[in-house]
Amino acid sequence: MKKLISGMLAATMALSLAACGGTETSSAATGSDGSSSAATSEGGTTAEGTGTPIHLGGIGPLTGDNAAYGIAVNNGAELAVNEINAAAGTEVFALDFQDDESDSEKAVNAFNTLLDGGMQVLVGPVTSNPSISVAAECASENIFMLTPSASSVDVVTAGEGTAFQMCFTDPNQGLTAADYIADNSLGTAIGIIYDSSDAYSTGIYTAFAKEAGERGLNIVQTSSFTSDNNTDLSTQVQQCQQAGADLVFLPIYYQQASQVLIAANNIGYTPTFFGCDGMDGILGIDGFDTSLADGLMLLCPFSAYGEDDTTKTFVSAYEAAYGETPNQFAADAYDCVYAIYQCVQDGTITPDMSAQDMCDALKSAFTSMSFSGTTGENQTWAADGTISKEPKVYQVQDGAYALVGSEE
Amino acid sequence: MQFLSYLISGISLGSVYALIALGYTMVYGIAKMLNFAHGDIIMIGSYVIFFAFGSFGMNPILSVILSMVVCTILGVTIERVAYRPLREAPSLAVLITAIGVSYLLQQVAQLLWSANPKSFQSIVTGIGLKPLVLFDGQLTISAEAIVTIIACVIIMVALTAFVNHTVPGHAMLAVSEDRGAAQLMGVNVNGTIALTFAIGSALAAVAGALLCSSYPTLSPTTGAMPGIKAFVAAVFGGIGSIPGAFLGGVLLGVIENLSKAYISTQLSDAIVFLVLIVVLVVKPTGLLGKKINVKV
Repeated sequence: MKKLISGMLAATMALSLAACGGTETSSAATGSDGSSSAATSEGGTTAEGTGTPIHLGGIGPLTGDNAAYGIAVNNGAELAVNEINAAAGTEVFALDFQDDESDSEKAVNAFNTLLDGGMQVLVGPVTSNPSISVAAECASENIFMLTPSASSVDVVTAGEGTAFQMCFTDPNQGLTAADYIADNSLGTAIGIIYDSSDAYSTGIYTAFAKEAGERGLNIVQTSSFTSDNNTDLSTQVQQCQQAGADLVFLPIYYQQASQVLIAANNIGYTPTFFGCDGMDGILGIDGFDTSLADGLMLLCPFSAYGEDDTTKTFVSAYEAAYGETPNQFAADAYDCVYAIYQCVQDGTITPDMSAQDMCDALKSAFTSMSFSGTTGENQTWAADGTISKEPKVYQVQDGAYALVGSEE
Repeated sequence: MQFLSYLISGISLGSVYALIALGYTMVYGIAKMLNFAHGDIIMIGSYVIFFAFGSFGMNPILSVILSMVVCTILGVTIERVAYRPLREAPSLAVLITAIGVSYLLQQVAQLLWSANPKSFQSIVTGIGLKPLVLFDGQLTISAEAIVTIIACVIIMVALTAFVNHTVPGHAMLAVSEDRGAAQLMGVNVNGTIALTFAIGSALAAVAGALLCSSYPTLSPTTGAMPGIKAFVAAVFGGIGSIPGAFLGGVLLGVIENLSKAYISTQLSDAIVFLVLIVVLVVKPTGLLGKKINVKV
C-alpha cells in the first residue's frame, strides 16, 4: 500500500512538472549554424546571431491562490519570447520561469536558482510582496528587474533604481480614479469596498480616499474584507446600499468583484460600479452572467477588446496558443519582453554581456526610451522605475468593453 | 429590519458552515482523525455540479445527486488509500497525510480545471425558486438562504435519527466509544469508518452546492477557508457531537456576520476567534461536547 501511495504521489508530481514544463522555451536546435543574423523584419541590428540567447528569468505564482496571475504572466512572456525567436529565426531569448506561490521567501529562493542558472534579466515577480523582497536582492546584485504587475510603490523603493514596473503604481491608480470620478461627476455619494489584507487594494484605496477628500467627493461608506473572510461579501454590499451610495468604488480583483455584483443584484441594488485594473478579467469568468456587469466602469491600461493592431495581434495569438482571452497580467508580461527586445534591437544589450553590465545598460536605456505596446502608447519610465502612461476608462456594454475616453 | 436581514444572512452562512462541520465532526467522532481534505472534497463536488448543471444543462437536482455520488466514491477511496493503512499509526502521521491529500486535491483541480475562477450558477434559482420579499420589499430573503437553512436542519435531524435508531448508526456509536471493544463485539470497524466517510463526503457535496449557490465564486481553493471555519465551528460546538456541529456552525455564521455589520468588517474574524477562545476556556470540550473521564 505504501508503494501505491508513493507511486500516486510520484505520478502527481510528474504530472505537475509536465504542466510547468511548458515554460522552458524549446532550446537549442535553432542557432547551430551561427552564420548570419538574417531575418529581422524591423530592420534593426539583431542580437549577434551567434545563437546564444539572452537568459530571461521569470518568477510568479504558478500554484496556490494567486496562480491565475502567475500563469497569465508566464503565458504572456512565453508567447512574446516565442514570437521574437520565430521572427528573428534565431534564439534571441530563453525564458526560465519559476514558481513562488506568491511567497516572499520562495521568490528569493527562485531568484537565487535563476541566478545560478545564468539569468541576465528578470521579468517578474508577479505579486507585490515577493517583488519587494526580490527587488532588494536585485539592488544588491545589480540585476535588472522589470515586473509586469507588482504595482506597490515599495517595489521600486526596494529596488533602488534597478526595479522597473510595467504597470501603474497603486497610488497612481487611486488618484486617477478619484480625479476621473470628480471631473465627470459620476457619483454624489460614494461607497468603497476594498480588501484590507491586500497591499494592492489598500494602496489604491488610501490614495483614492486622500484625493477624494481634496476634490470634495462625498464618501458615505467604507467597507472592507480580508482574504480570510471573503466568502460572503453581501454584508458589505448591504452597508453601501444602506448608506445610499450611488457609486461604489471597487479597488479589488475581479473574483471578489463578481461576488459583489451578484450580491448587489440579489438585493436589487444598482449603483454605478467603478473598478481598477484588477477588475479586468471579470467578463472572462466561466459561467458569469455578464449582463450583471453592464454599466461597470474600469480604469485599465489594457483591454482584450481594444481596437488597435498591437492588441488585436496579441489577443488572437494568445487565444490560439492558450485557449483563453488574455488579461492585464498576460499583456503586461508580453510588453515586458518586447520592451527588453527593443533594447536588443537598438543594440543596447548583447547576449555576451554580464548580467551586471546589462543592468547598467538597461537602466539608462529604459529611462530615456519610449515604448509602445499592448498596455499603452509612448510609455516612459522615471529614474526610480515607475512608468508613466495614459490611463483609459472603459465601460462594459453588452458583455464587452467600450472606451469612454481618457479624462485629459 | 436591517438587523433581521443581517441575521438571516448570518444564519444562512452559518448553515453552510454547519453542513461542512457535520462532516468534520462525524469523521472525528468515529475515526478520531481530522480530515483536512474535507474542504477540498466540497470544492471537487462543486466543480462536478458546475460542469453537470452549468455546462451540460443537466437537471439541477440530478446534478447534485451526481456530485454526491462522485464525492462519496472520492471520500471512500481517499479513506481506503490514504487513511486506512495508517489506522495504527500515531495521530500526527494521519493529520499530516490529511493535509497532503488536501493539497493533492487542490493541485489536481488546478491541473484539470485551471486556476481561473468560475462563476457558479445557483442551483436554487435553477430549480425555479424566487427570493422571498417581506414587509413591502423592506426585507428580501434570498431563496438560497431559505433552502440552505432548511436543508441543514433536515440533514441534521436525519443524521441524528440515523445514528441513534439504525444498526449501522449504532455501530458508529460503538466504534466512536471504543474501537477495540467494538471489534471484539463483532462490529466491522473498517466498514463502519468507510460508511462514515461516505456519508461525510455526500454531505460535502450538498454543502458545496449550497455554498457555491450563495457565494458563487468557484476556484481550486474555494473549499479551503470555509473548511477551516467549519472545523472551528465543529470545535466550538463540541467536536464529535452532531447537534454541536449544527449549533457551532450557525453561531459562528451569525457572530461573523453581525460583527461585520455593526462592529468592523476587518475585525470580524478576530471577534469570531475571540468568542471561540472564551468558550473553550470556560468549556474545554465545546458547547455540547461530552466530558470524557480518562481512567488511569
